[in-house]
Amino acid sequence: MSAPVTVVLLLPEVLGTYGDAGNAEVLATRLRWRGIEGRVLTVGWTDAVPSGGDVYVLGGGEDAAQVLACDRLRDSIGLRRALDRGAPTLAVCAGLQILGTAFTIADGTRVPGVGVLDVETRPGGGPRRIGDVVADPLVDGLDVPLEGFENHGGITELGPDAAPLARVREVGRGPGGAGNGTGDRLEGAVSDRGRGTVVGTYLHGPVLARNPALADLLLTKAVGELPPLELPEGMPAATAARLRGTGDDLGVRTGARRRAGA
Amino acid sequence: MSRRPARLPLRARAAVALARLVGGLARSAGRHGAVIGGRVATMLDRRVLARLAAGRTVVLVTGTNGKTTTTSMIARVLGGAGRELATNHLGANMPDGITTALLDTFSAVDAGPSPVAVMEVDESYLGEVAAATDPRVIVLLNFSRDQLDRVGEVRTVARRVGDAVEAQPGARVVAFADDVLCAGAGLRAAAPLWVSSPTRWTGDAGVCPHCDGAVTHTGTRWACSSCGLARPDGDWTLVEDDGGVATVHGPDGDATSLDLQLPGHANRLNAVFALAVGAELGVTPAVAAARLRGLEQVGGRYRTVTRPGGTTRLLLAKNPAGWAQVLDLLDEGPPRPVVVAVNSREADGRDVSWLWDVPFERLERHPLVAAGERAADVSVRLAYAGVGHRMADDAVAATRDTVGEVDLVGNYTAFHDAARALT
Ligand SMILES: [Zn+2]
Repeated sequence: MSAPVTVVLLLPEVLGTYGDAGNAEVLATRLRWRGIEGRVLTVGWTDAVPSGGDVYVLGGGEDAAQVLACDRLRDSIGLRRALDRGAPTLAVCAGLQILGTAFTIADGTRVPGVGVLDVETRPGGGPRRIGDVVADPLVDGLDVPLEGFENHGGITELGPDAAPLARVREVGRGPGGAGNGTGDRLEGAVSDRGRGTVVGTYLHGPVLARNPALADLLLTKAVGELPPLELPEGMPAATAARLRGTGDDLGVRTGARRRAGA
Repeated sequence: MSRRPARLPLRARAAVALARLVGGLARSAGRHGAVIGGRVATMLDRRVLARLAAGRTVVLVTGTNGKTTTTSMIARVLGGAGRELATNHLGANMPDGITTALLDTFSAVDAGPSPVAVMEVDESYLGEVAAATDPRVIVLLNFSRDQLDRVGEVRTVARRVGDAVEAQPGARVVAFADDVLCAGAGLRAAAPLWVSSPTRWTGDAGVCPHCDGAVTHTGTRWACSSCGLARPDGDWTLVEDDGGVATVHGPDGDATSLDLQLPGHANRLNAVFALAVGAELGVTPAVAAARLRGLEQVGGRYRTVTRPGGTTRLLLAKNPAGWAQVLDLLDEGPPRPVVVAVNSREADGRDVSWLWDVPFERLERHPLVAAGERAADVSVRLAYAGVGHRMADDAVAATRDTVGEVDLVGNYTAFHDAARALT
C-alpha cells in the first residue's frame, strides 16, 4: 500500500484569516472521495516545513501576520526544495503576495518574498477591493468560470515569467471584481508563464470549496489522472452536483441574485 | 454610584425634548426607534452625548462576542431592586443608539437622568463613546474575526480599542486575560482587572499585539516568543467542574457559585464580568450572582418558543468564536436537531468564508438542516465536514417540520428573521 497523499497546510495560525485552511480540507477530502488516501499535515509556527509533501496550501492573513509568515517561509529549506521540484501549490491573498518576488507594506517597507511567482505587490492606496468575484479562467485544464470573494488592498503586477489565472468579468451584468487591481481585470497568477504548478489567487470562499474544478486541477498535477468521485450517500442532490462540478455555482450568482430579488 | 447628574444647558434641553418627540413618533410607527432620537439630538447638539452622560456612572462593554448578554447581565447586577438604569437593551451600540438609550431614561427633561448607565459599544466606536461619556468602567470581552469585509482587520480594531483605553485613565478596565488581543488592549490601562478561564478559540491569537512576534500557546497559557508578553494572571477566575458546577473566584479569595438559567460556558464567563463590574461598583458577588439567576433570555437569544409538535430554542452565532461557544453549549445537552441558518446581507458580512473556521464536525451526532440564504454554502461545508444533513429554503419552516425540541442557530439577520417569524 502506498503512502497517503499529503496536503501540507502552512502556518494556519498566521495565514488563516479567511477560512482558507478549508482549501487543504477540500483537497484531502476529494482524494478520499475517490478512494485515494489523503491527509492534511498542518505546519505550525514552530514546525519545520517538510520537503516531501504532495500539495502545499497557503492562506490569507493580516498585514503583520503576512510579514511574519514571509520571514519564516523565505528561510525554509523544506519549502524551497518542494517548490524547486515543482510541488503543486495554492496560495491565496497574502499567500500569493508572499510567494511573489516582493511586496511593499503600508509604511513603505519593501519585503522580499519567496520568489517562486514572478509577481510584485504594492499598496493600492484608496479603498480595499472587497466583494464577490466571477472570473473566466485563462489556464489550460480549467473551462468553467471561477468564483469567490476578494478582500485586499494591494495591487499585484505580473512579471514576464508569470501568467494570469483568470480575467474577472466586467461589473454591471452581475458580479465582476477587481482581480489583481492593475486595471486590466487580471486575477491571480500562475508560475512559469502558465506551465508551472504554483497557483496564486485573491479569491476566498475558500476558493477550492467554491471551485471544485480548480481543486481537481491541483490534485491532477499532484497524483495524475483522477478516478471518479464517489460521494457519500444521502447528500442533498444539489450539493452533490456542486461537488461534482456539474451543478449551480455557489453564492455569487445564485445567492446574490436571490438576495437581490428578495 | 451616587454622583448627581448635572442639569442640561438650554440648547441640550431643547435637543433632548425634540429628540424624545421624534423618537417616540418613530417608535410608534415602528421604524428605527432605537437610533433616530439620538440622531436628531446629535444633529441639534453635537455634544449631546457628553451632556447626557455627564454626572452618571457609566459602564461601557465592548468586544466581538457577548456584548449584548454581558451588558444585560451588568445592568441586572447594578440595577438590582428596580432602580432605574439606562442601557441600550435593543443592541443599538453605535453613538446614535447610545444617545437614544440615554434619552429614554429622562422621564421628563427636568427630572434628571438615572444615575447609572450600562452601554454596549461597537468595537469601532469605543474611542468616540468613551471620550464623550467619561466611563467609570470599561469591559473588554474578546476580539476575534467578525465581518472582515466590513469591520476590517481584527488586530487594527483591537489596537484602536487599546488607544481608547489609554485615553481614559480614570476608567477601571476589566478585560479577558486568555484572549491575546484583548489582553494586549487591556494592558494599555494602568491597573486592569483580569477575568480568566480557559478559552478554546485561538484563531486570531498567532501574532503578538505589542511587537508582531509569534505567540505560542501551552495549555491554557500563552506568551510572545519575542517580547515576552504573556497571559496575565486572573483576578476573577471561572472554574467549572465536570458536574456542571461553576464557581467564580474573586480577588479577595472569596468563591461564589453561579446558577444561571442562560446555558453554556460563554454565558458563565459573561457572568464573571458582571460579578467583577458589580464588585467594582459596590455590589457583592453573592448579591450579583443571585440577581443573575433570574435572567432567562437576552433580546431573544436562548429563548425557547413553543410551537405545534415541539419547541424551538433560538441561538445566535455570527462568527467562528461565537460558533465555538454554541458548539460548547450543544455538547452539554442531548443530540437535538439543529437548523443552521446563514445569510450574507450587509449586517452579516457578505463573505461566508468564515463557515470554514467552524468545526461543524462536532455536530455529527445531531440531525442537521442547512438553511438561510446561503444554505448551499452551508451544505457544501457540512458535506466536506462529513456530517449528514438536509437542506431547506426556510429556516423557520424547517423547525416546524421537526417534532420535538429543536435548536435554530442563525447568524445576525437569519437569527432576527427567525425570532420575528416565531413570535
Ligand atoms: Zn511580543
